[in-house]
Amino acid sequence: METALTILLDGLVFSSYLFIVSLGLTIIFGVMKILNVTHGSFYAWGAYTAAFLIGLAANAGWPDWAGFGIIFVAAILVGLVLGLLLERGILQFMYQRDEVLIVLATFGSFLVLEDVILLVFGVNPYFAFQPMQLLGAVELGGIARDTYGLTLIGLAVVLAAGSWLALKRTHWGKLLSAVIFDRELSMAMGLNVSRVYIVTFVLGAILGALGGAYIAPTVSVAPGFGVDVIVLSFAVVVIGGMGSVPGAMIGALAVGIVRALAVHKFPQFELFVIYAVMAVVLVFRPEGLFAPVKARKI
Amino acid sequence: MSLARDRTVQGLTLALGVMLIVAALVPSWIVNQLLFGFSRAIAVLGLMVLWRTRLVSFGHALYFGLGAYTVALIERYAQVSDAFVLLAAAALLSTVVGFLIGFIVRRYRDIFFAMLNLAFSMILYGILVKTEALGSTDGFTIEAPTYAGIAFEDASQGKLALLCLLLVVGWACAVGVQAYLRSTLGRLTTAIGDNEIRVEYLGYSAEKAIHIKYVLSTFLAGLGGGFMALALGQVDPDSMVNWTASGELVFVTILSGPGSVAAPFIGSFVFEILRTYAFEWMPHAWQMIVGGTLLVIIFFVPGGLWALVARVAERLFGARAGAGPAAAGTGR
Amino acid sequence: MPPPILDVRNLHKNFGAVTAASNINVSFAPGETVGIIGANGAGKTTFVNMITGYLKPTRGAILYRSREITGMPPRAIARLGICRSFQVSQVFVSLSVLENLLTAVAIAESPGLGMLRPLRRPELIARAEGIMERYRIAAYRDHLASDLSQGARKLLDIAMAVVGKPRILLLDEPTSGISTEEKQPLMDVVMDALRQDELTVLFIEHDMEIVERYVDRVLAFYQGEIICDAPPAEALRDPKVLEFVIGAEYQPEPGAGHA
Repeated sequence: METALTILLDGLVFSSYLFIVSLGLTIIFGVMKILNVTHGSFYAWGAYTAAFLIGLAANAGWPDWAGFGIIFVAAILVGLVLGLLLERGILQFMYQRDEVLIVLATFGSFLVLEDVILLVFGVNPYFAFQPMQLLGAVELGGIARDTYGLTLIGLAVVLAAGSWLALKRTHWGKLLSAVIFDRELSMAMGLNVSRVYIVTFVLGAILGALGGAYIAPTVSVAPGFGVDVIVLSFAVVVIGGMGSVPGAMIGALAVGIVRALAVHKFPQFELFVIYAVMAVVLVFRPEGLFAPVKARKI
Repeated sequence: MSLARDRTVQGLTLALGVMLIVAALVPSWIVNQLLFGFSRAIAVLGLMVLWRTRLVSFGHALYFGLGAYTVALIERYAQVSDAFVLLAAAALLSTVVGFLIGFIVRRYRDIFFAMLNLAFSMILYGILVKTEALGSTDGFTIEAPTYAGIAFEDASQGKLALLCLLLVVGWACAVGVQAYLRSTLGRLTTAIGDNEIRVEYLGYSAEKAIHIKYVLSTFLAGLGGGFMALALGQVDPDSMVNWTASGELVFVTILSGPGSVAAPFIGSFVFEILRTYAFEWMPHAWQMIVGGTLLVIIFFVPGGLWALVARVAERLFGARAGAGPAAAGTGR
Repeated sequence: MPPPILDVRNLHKNFGAVTAASNINVSFAPGETVGIIGANGAGKTTFVNMITGYLKPTRGAILYRSREITGMPPRAIARLGICRSFQVSQVFVSLSVLENLLTAVAIAESPGLGMLRPLRRPELIARAEGIMERYRIAAYRDHLASDLSQGARKLLDIAMAVVGKPRILLLDEPTSGISTEEKQPLMDVVMDALRQDELTVLFIEHDMEIVERYVDRVLAFYQGEIICDAPPAEALRDPKVLEFVIGAEYQPEPGAGHA
């Protein structure tokens, strides 16, 4: 059936997009216990920077495929600069304070960065369609689909596999896992938690920016770009379990497919159903479906 | 010490008298600012009570919006125009919903409490945006209400009447909350924030106390939302129910500071004035101002505007203008 | 023989594979003063936590005045008459000493709708001031609890525990964190104040001199079990106790006993 395939594909594309954006958020929460509202800014800045640079490149006569490279460059640039700015400039002074206060500080930072976008990039929307146009369309199940959207799925899979491998097999990954599992114990064992925090936050920022940068060619990047995605990624992270990468995957899949179903079959439920799931998970299993197991503190 | 001799209550009563006179004298654009500011202040009063227990809700726009939409829908579909009925209905519906949801949220703290409230508010947002009969993204306009049968032909007179009603109701709410905060249950607010285990071991259920607090806050938020709807003459989901609206309420709560029941009124009014001017002079810097102010307060002035006002008053009058030695305990 | 005021039967507590309490059988008569000793991790605090409702036993029963209270929540048990103080004083740091006690008194004396009455009422203040006098913390009346010294905090913690007029009082390491010279004066104040109320007092303590001086009976814990239940003179010479709790170097005073 056409519709089933459409729903599945739409769902997968949206899930992939959500996963890429939420991966950074869940890692930051898992390691630092911070629900980072500024993640929306990383996303928006990534999109704007990528769109802007792609536009520049196109005007300078660069080939369309350079856009792909630019996307990754933009993400790394935004992640490094904004991530470091935020962590060193604001967060590092707040770690011993109330976690809700920290969330409010990230909310304040988000608001500031939103307006800085207007100052830097202006109020007019950006269209950096070149990479998407380049890939054209492919026919699946009788309907033409954007190939670009499908590559999103590929990117998500790569990131999922990559982060799993990184956490399980690399030295840094194991350090991160240790801190997620038990911060105090890690500190007691001599782990330089401060450095871990910086790396984590910048990494999370890069991933958030990547989400925005990669999606930029498919939409018009305009003011207010990050606002909706913030709450959606919160929902994903809450559902999957804060701090769990497989959880973010499952959460993204759940939200993505449910939303695709809603959009195609029950459009009046589209928005509300995601938050209903989030509420249900929070009520019955606040740690999320896949929370990392915590050691029992007697 | 009875309520009538409580310094804060006396101050509030004096302020009410002054404000009623001022309202009659100032131009209508200030009347509007006062209307918007104080409507929000009533909702913030409720959030302040929660804040003193170290609980922050990222979803109180749920109740604010419920109050606003109740007014809009009853006026439109039930053809009722009396302000008292509309506002009472707004407060009632929010309180009932708050009472029910309270059973769930009272078990959570910190970030989970905040997020759960957020989730519920976004459910309402989703429903409103997608339902035509409820106005969808455009919302509704609201006609000017009548006041116990009296209709005001002149719009600015009508607004003045609304403001007088708002001032009296606001005063009543502030005095009520002050009485609550002086009661044992109210003092538990700070105690629970400090040490829930101890409260349990003294023989009282912390969850029950939080439930009561929560219901109080939803009542106030619904009432504030109702007033806002009448003041604005319209409702729409984005400005009243979206998470950004909840964020605004939280911001004003932090801006005002938890030190006194008068704080939300000052903070909300400042917020309103700031917003009007910021939009006029620097339309693209409003969010930056809000965000920057939030950061400044978190880092340098955790007691909010009220702490600043109290310090100045202390210098000028040599007495503590706040509500007591332990009143400014939150925001650590 | 009057029935025991507290009767613990076959109490077990497992945390997964860890056994924190096993086969605890003990009863207490009204008016006794009992010292609970044992190395860290021996199960003393778990025992207290189960009695006060903070933890549910895996197996077994706890009877208070012949009524089963196993598994009831702390607030219910507190209202029935079993109160406790904590190893790390649990007070309301943002409130003054007076308000801490007022809160305790108000909850104890006027639950339900009475909670809506103002906190600072004359009758409650009078009661709170009386307690402050008895526990020698009246000087700190208007100080914030966070400003108090360790000793004063402990006294406040204990004072709050007795507000509810309990019949059984459990003190968890009342002198921990207090300098050696201050321990005895503190305990003197506490025991003096308690004696006026005819309570059954159980306290966890590591300092054997304190134990010797103030109790009629000693319960020694080791690895979740009670290894000795005897008057202090006997218990502090018991070979098992010497080995597993005290460490053989301790020499009890000759003629030690209840002061």
